[in-house]
This record gives sequence, C-alpha cells and structure tokens, in this order.
Amino acid sequence: MRKLAITKLNDLFAAIAESEKLYIPVDGKTGANYELWAEGKTLSDALNTVRSPKDFFFPQTEDMMAFKTEGKKIEIIDTREECEDFVIFGVRACDVRSFAVLDNVFLSDPVDSYYKNRRDHGLIMSMACTRPAETCFCKTFGIDAADPEGDIVCWRVQGFLYMDAKTEKGAALLDKLASITEEADSDVIAEEKALIRARMEKLPLASLTTDAFGPGKTDTFFDSPEWKSLSESCLGCGTCTFVCPTCQCYDIRDFKTNNGVIRYRCWDSCMYSEFTKMSAGQPRLTQVERFRQRFMHKLVYYPERYNGLYSCVGCGRCLAKCPIQMNIAKVMKTLGGKAND
Amino acid sequence: MQELTRDALLARAAELLENGTVDRVLGWKRGEFAYDVTPAVFKSADEMKESFVWGDFCGANFSKYLIAETKKSENKVLAFLKPCDTYSFNQLLTEHRFDREKVYAIGIPCDGMVDIAKIREKADGIASVDTNGDKLIVHTLFDGDVTLDRAEMLAERCTVCKSKKHVAYDELLGEEGDVVDSARFDEVAKIEAMTPDERFAFWQGELSRCIRCNACRDVCPACTCEKCVFNNPNSGVENKSPANSFEEQMFHIIRAFHVAGRCTDCGECSRVCPQHIPLHLLNRKFIKDIDSFYGEYQAGAEVGSRAPHINYTEGDIEPSDAVKRGDENA
Repeated sequence: MRKLAITKLNDLFAAIAESEKLYIPVDGKTGANYELWAEGKTLSDALNTVRSPKDFFFPQTEDMMAFKTEGKKIEIIDTREECEDFVIFGVRACDVRSFAVLDNVFLSDPVDSYYKNRRDHGLIMSMACTRPAETCFCKTFGIDAADPEGDIVCWRVQGFLYMDAKTEKGAALLDKLASITEEADSDVIAEEKALIRARMEKLPLASLTTDAFGPGKTDTFFDSPEWKSLSESCLGCGTCTFVCPTCQCYDIRDFKTNNGVIRYRCWDSCMYSEFTKMSAGQPRLTQVERFRQRFMHKLVYYPERYNGLYSCVGCGRCLAKCPIQMNIAKVMKTLGGKAND
Repeated sequence: MQELTRDALLARAAELLENGTVDRVLGWKRGEFAYDVTPAVFKSADEMKESFVWGDFCGANFSKYLIAETKKSENKVLAFLKPCDTYSFNQLLTEHRFDREKVYAIGIPCDGMVDIAKIREKADGIASVDTNGDKLIVHTLFDGDVTLDRAEMLAERCTVCKSKKHVAYDELLGEEGDVVDSARFDEVAKIEAMTPDERFAFWQGELSRCIRCNACRDVCPACTCEKCVFNNPNSGVENKSPANSFEEQMFHIIRAFHVAGRCTDCGECSRVCPQHIPLHLLNRKFIKDIDSFYGEYQAGAEVGSRAPHINYTEGDIEPSDAVKRGDENA
C-alpha cells in the first residue's frame, strides 16, 4: 500500500496525466461530473457524479460507421476513434460494480468491440466512501463501500490518500508513481474500513434486502397488482434510465447527412413509448408494463441471466433525480413483502 | 411554514370520501425521506392516514394528471391545488383536456416549496427535515442538526411567486391570497442585456448539459399532445438523445415555441430537470415578449381566454417589426 499527502494530490494527478489521460470528478454549476484533468482542476468532494462513469465505456451517443455513396458504389467508413489509455479517478464502489454489470452484457458473445475498445484502455482508481448519502444502498447488493473493486483502490484518511493496487494494471501504475508516494501501513485503512462499514449499517436504507427477488421470481412478481399503483404517477420520462450506471439499452439509427449516411447509436429507455418498437407494434402498451420491465430487469431477469448478479448497484441517483420520486427502493419495499418491512 | 396542516387536508378529504362527493383523492404520498414525495391516488381515508403528506416538499403540480385520471372513472376525483397549480388547471380546461365535472378541486394556500437541491448545498446525509416557523431544521447523518433559513431554501419559482390567489376551485381551505407583483422577469432582463455572443454562450452552457430524458416535456401541463413530434418516427425530427449541441437547442426551443401563450409559468420543467437547466427562463422570455407586444396576458388566469397568438386584432405587432427586432439583437 502506498500513500501521499492530500496537499500533494495535484502532483499525483500531474504525474498520471504525463502518460495517460486522466479524468477526475470536478464540481460544476449543478453538481460534480468527470472532466479531463488539467492544471488548476481540483477534485470534487461530492459523493457521486451527476452522470455516472458508464459514459466512459458506453457513451450516450456514438458514431459506429459512415456510408458514402458515389453512383452505385458504397464506401463504408470506420468512424471509430482511436482510443488512448485513460485513468478514471475517484470512482465509487457502486459505480465500479456497474462496470461488471455492463461487462456481462457487452463482453459476452458477440462482443461489442466499441465497448471493449474503451474498456481495455481504461484504468479505474476507485474511492472508498467515508460519508455515504442517505440515498445510498449499495450494501443491499453486496457491495462494500469500504473496500471498492477497481484497479487501484483509494481511501482518504487523516490528510493522506492511501492507494492499494488490486490488479496487475493497477500495480504497474502505482510503481510508476513510486517516486512521489511512500510506503504505507495498512492498519489505518483497517480502522477506516470498520468506520465506513459501521456508517453503512446506520443508513436509512440499510435494511433493504434482495431476499424476495432474484432468479426464478418472474411468476411471483409479473402479475402483481402493485405495479399499477407504483407506476400510476410515472411520467414516462427517461431520467432514471439515463442517470443509471447500469442501464444499457440502446438504439441504432441511420442519420442522413449531405454527403452520405452516419450510423450512430444512442441510449434508449424502456420508459419510452417507442422502445423496442417492432413491425407488429409495441410489446409494452402502457406505462405500467414499461415501468414493470425496468424493475423486473434489474431485480429478476438480469440476475437470472447472469448468475444471480443484480443490475442495480444502489448508487441512489434515481432516488435523487426521479421527478416524481418513485424508485427501485420503493419498488423493493412494496413488492418485497416481509423481507423489507 | 404552510398555513394548513396535513390533518386539516386529510379531515376534509375524509368527509368528501365519506359523503360520496369523490371516490378518490389525488394527493402527495410520503416517501423514505423528508423530501421524496410522490403524487398518488388515494382510494380511502385509511390509505391517506397511512401515507398522505402535505408540507414543504409537495411541489408536484397535479393538474396534468387530471387528463388521465378523469378518464378512469365516472366519479369525481378530489385534487388539491396550490395557487400556481390552478393556472395550469384553467389552461387545461381552456384546451378541453379534461372534464371539469369529474373533478372536485380544493384550493389550498401555499407558502412556497423548498428545493432539496438548495439544502444539499448546505448539508449532506439528510436524514429528515423539520419546518419550524421561518427555519428549516435539517437532521443529518453525520453532522447533527443544521438550521437553515427557509426563505433561502425556497425553489426559484417560489422566490418569484406570481400569485397566491387561486383562479379555480370548488372549495377553498384557508385564506385566499392576492396576485403578487413578482420579480420573475428580472433574470430574463439580465439575459436580454447580454451581447448576442454572451447569450449564445449562456444557453450553450446550460443546454449542453441536457441528457434528453424528456422529463421537462413529460411533466409540463402545456405539453399534452397524444404523440409528441419528437417521439414520432414519421416526423423526421424524432430523436432519443442529443446527437450534437444543435439538437439540444432545437428540442428546447421548439418546445418553448410550442407552449408560448399557453405556458402559465408553473416552473415544473425546471423543478424536474435532473441537470438543473433553467428552462423556465425560455418560457418567461416568451411571456415577457407577449406582455410587451400584446399587453399583459397570463395564461390560465381564466378559462376560455384567447391567447394573443390566436386572437387577431388590428393593433397586433407586424411580423416585420418582430423580424427587425431580431436583426437588432443579432
């Protein structure tokens, strides 16, 4: 384990940025977001960024290819941008887990080469959460905010940034930073972890459990009468899906330009009335079914498909951002019966 | 502090449910925290006793919900309306969007709504919030209690409230207020005073945060098209996300044009925006211009009023004047 005085954080950023693109959470006018580090940019104290870091691997819009026609000839142009190595600093435990959720979808056969390209070039420096928010419930999904996953895990304790490499890639970067960091004792971190875990136990949503959900529960919940009242005031907007670090649905469209066609993909939302529209029409005709789809996918379908892993990470963004304040915690409490009383 | 208590609203709703005037109530439902209040339909007084709330976080405007809700039953639904909600209510009636006979509207006074985003700037780990006169006591997870001035935590739209007067109701609870001489156009005037380049930079900065979640449109009581042009694959402008910065401007500016003369300035668009884009300023610009070109006009002030845009008079501003004015600002 290595450490560095918080007052020297800028030196650390400068050292990393020498060889790689570095992104850190920076405070903006309306919350923190990841920005490319440059001299003068300082780390935000915010717990979560407004937009999740899934943007790094699965951006909201991306061009996939372009077509140019000349007479009867069609030229296909690869518009993929060369991806340089990059480091994302300060990713929270919940958001790091979201990458595993996305990996299952994009890296299983057929592999999404656009996603894989970015994933291969990214290095994650995660950050433990000393001050979780009231909306946090990562523990519900077996995530440890005291000891996040990632290539390098960081803790901010007593004026120092402690760093521990968890992967070869992470160890290689820490080696490169050896001249500005010093060897650290891990006792401080053991205490910090205990403190964080005790805090997580006291959060308002600490008792929320997934006990009622998971693989094989489709029939239990699909026809539940509760979906109607839960979705009654849903506006059908896409806020929850777009701030969600694990929502992964997209649409691919062709866009006609003056001298050809650009094929792009963009995030889609199961909350939208035109989602997965087929020649025969719409599979989900009302907001009740669209709403059900989102939560069944997070709590039942996804775990069924991917070895019991839930596709919610408890980051709390939807709890903070839903215009009508309906969210997965309320859905779990309502449907989860006794387990969540 | 709100004039009426939750119990006062609940008691009146219980009576109306009991005597059969209404068979359901559109109200605010308690969440996990102080602020995560959800609009809900209550079917009984018992349901209401369990989870109905009224307080500083009940900002949601129910008027638009009445379109869907009144189609569900032949019986009346009770809707609690704050003064600004009643303007949306009237505007929807002007546009024949729901059946007035199927609603029992109770006007309730409003002392402004608190913006949780403003509290979050001052405190984190918000376990609960109590209102005590003109103070808010925020109970936090790690820092004990934080006391804040309630007036400073009010939502922007409430700091420039245009009316404490209800323009529609079947019954009024509490004291009626007056139309307020509001400073709501001050921010617009500041933007008008910018140079074109500054103004463009201002809006580009704001709108570039847009994630096209459509929450502004979906909550807007003036946006009631059965099928929005932006959701219609045959429209040629359908889009699900911002392809570039131009599209973001297109979406919001087309929407502002579409609700011009119909927007009551309820401020729901800005309340729900996950990126805190001050969308209300676009609408207020239109309202300010309408006021100056055609004389003061408040959408929703009464049922059946004709907005200046659809009410030709000989004294109307010539289109060429508007174009000239555009040139001056270019």
